[in-house]
Amino acid sequence: MPSDHLTRRSLLQGSAAIAAAAPALAPAGAAAARQTAKEGTGMIPVELTVNGREVHLQLDPRTTLLDALREHLHLTGTKKGCDQGQCGACTVIVEGRRINSCLTLAVMHDGEKVTTIEGLGTPDKLHPMQRAFITHDGYQCGYCTPGQICSAVAVLEEIAAGIPSHVTPDLDKVSLSDSELRERMSGNICRCAAYPNIIAAMNDVAGETKA
Amino acid sequence: MKPFTYSRATSVADAAKAAASTQGARFIAGGTNLLDLMKLQIETPTHLIDVNHLGLDRIEPTPEGGLRIGALVRNTDLAADKVVRRDYGVLSRALLAGASGQLRNKATTAGNLLQRTRCPYFYDTNMPCNKRKPGSGCGAIGGISRSLAILGVSDACIAQHPSDMAVAMRLLDAQVDTVGADGVARAIPIADFHMLPGDTPHVETALKSGEIITSVTLPKPIGGTHVYRKVRDRASYAFALVSVAAVFGKDGGSRFAFGGIGAKPWRTPAADAAASSGAKAVAEAALSGARTTHHNDFKKTLVERTLASLYRQKEARS
Ligand SMILES: Cc1cc2nc3c(=O)[nH]c(=O)nc-3n(C[C@H](O)[C@H](O)[C@H](O)COP(=O)(O)OP(=O)(O)OC[C@H]3O[C@@H](n4cnc5c(N)ncnc54)[C@H](O)[C@@H]3O)c2cc1C
Ligand code: SF4
Ligand code: FES
Ligand code: FES
Repeated sequence: MPSDHLTRRSLLQGSAAIAAAAPALAPAGAAAARQTAKEGTGMIPVELTVNGREVHLQLDPRTTLLDALREHLHLTGTKKGCDQGQCGACTVIVEGRRINSCLTLAVMHDGEKVTTIEGLGTPDKLHPMQRAFITHDGYQCGYCTPGQICSAVAVLEEIAAGIPSHVTPDLDKVSLSDSELRERMSGNICRCAAYPNIIAAMNDVAGETKA
Repeated sequence: MKPFTYSRATSVADAAKAAASTQGARFIAGGTNLLDLMKLQIETPTHLIDVNHLGLDRIEPTPEGGLRIGALVRNTDLAADKVVRRDYGVLSRALLAGASGQLRNKATTAGNLLQRTRCPYFYDTNMPCNKRKPGSGCGAIGGISRSLAILGVSDACIAQHPSDMAVAMRLLDAQVDTVGADGVARAIPIADFHMLPGDTPHVETALKSGEIITSVTLPKPIGGTHVYRKVRDRASYAFALVSVAAVFGKDGGSRFAFGGIGAKPWRTPAADAAASSGAKAVAEAALSGARTTHHNDFKKTLVERTLASLYRQKEARS
């Protein structure tokens, strides 16, 4: 593992330089696609719309969406916790759905729209969920928070869309409750255990939206 | 991850042909299992064929009154589908009991069926494992085996099948539809889809080289009361220690399938036949031939108690 990690790191740094230059080369064509990376694997052009901005990258196919966001686009709001789908720190919204960006390849999302915590709102113009997390103290260290907020925003939409959950008593009657929120947020682990305040923040936003 | 090349398949036939003719090629769907294993170098494909853009994401009625579920339908969409909720409730319930909201948004029908075991020794590349490295031995036998299987196991491997969805599909007598590298389609009954480990635990399914799953077909609805009960170490976001999928029929005819205890999604005719005799009888029939370790012997009791709880729930409702 350690040596693998080192190679990947150095590769990422190498490709970050290419990525930085990529916007000038864009749109990346087939010739660029055949460009060879250090370890003999072809780089692939990837076009994403991230937080409303179109970006063109040249990526090693191994690059996860999470690493593309953090290492190539320098959007470090999205966090890497476990890198294996077990913590939810890397949650982003792709084509309107929350997913774990660590368990998907950036190349698989060519042409798609991605929203990260930076795209939901800014310090001067907070998203209601970001504001509610501040009001209700929905965090301590803050590491899991970007993932929690992306997930929380999507959870309210999933409930509004009538998507059932494990704790929905009748599959056809989806409604909002604390137990629904807890179950649906179970893919976001918080080491500081800010859970009760996260639920309060979500209830707050859900109430606002209803009113 | 080891380096690999990547391509997007443009047709089912081409995908199957390419997969069979390219050494080290694998399909990638949601990627939630494959990429996890690739990061640990348990899986080391040299080429990935992305099957996400083949139009295999539809759920359609069949002429026989059943339901055809595209291989790329996401677990969230399948669980939320109106027809599935109404006619195949046990499948919705099983899906919703698995993984997390984020993972279900990505995970696909085919990928879920093909997800690999959660045996901790399979995941630890420092340990012997006949499934990961044929002939290297089994770290779990004589190791910490609390989560592992008690039915269908062999001297070579005692790994449990981890899927919740597949247990419901087994209960519903689903069939797996595929297209082979030769372009020929076939239908595999779910009972024959997953293999028991025997001497070859690395052979996990009936799929041939390059064969691609296109859909899973459910026969027409069987009615009854559908339930899925999953027992695990956390209330959510954990794999099953034991799970029971059941349909209680109005006429007393009922069926049961089990997760967490089998080398594959587990179902026996004897357990279904014992339905009218109650939980204890069903458990005894289902557990016939069980082989436990001192770590996972508790699963036998847990099966019986989970069944008892389902019977009580059913009686309370009727
Ligand atoms: C933290 C965590 C918790 C989880 N908890 C649960 C749980 O509680 N219950 C549960 O059931 N599951 C659980 N899962 C597993 C999850 O359900 C699977 O990872 C998922 O279903 C796999 O689907 P996928 O589409 O992402 O598959 P992929 O990772 O894309 O593929 C898996 C395998 O299927 C093959 N494949 C994919 N599509 C096809 C096709 N059309 N034809 C032929 N081969 C194909 C791939 O080559 C690969 O070998 C969990 C996963 C994680 C990471
Ligand atoms: S039980 Fe199977 S998967 Fe687990 S270590 Fe033994 S051979 Fe490997
Ligand atoms: S970093 Fe993706 S789930 Fe933990
Ligand atoms: S606020 Fe620290 S991990 Fe959640």
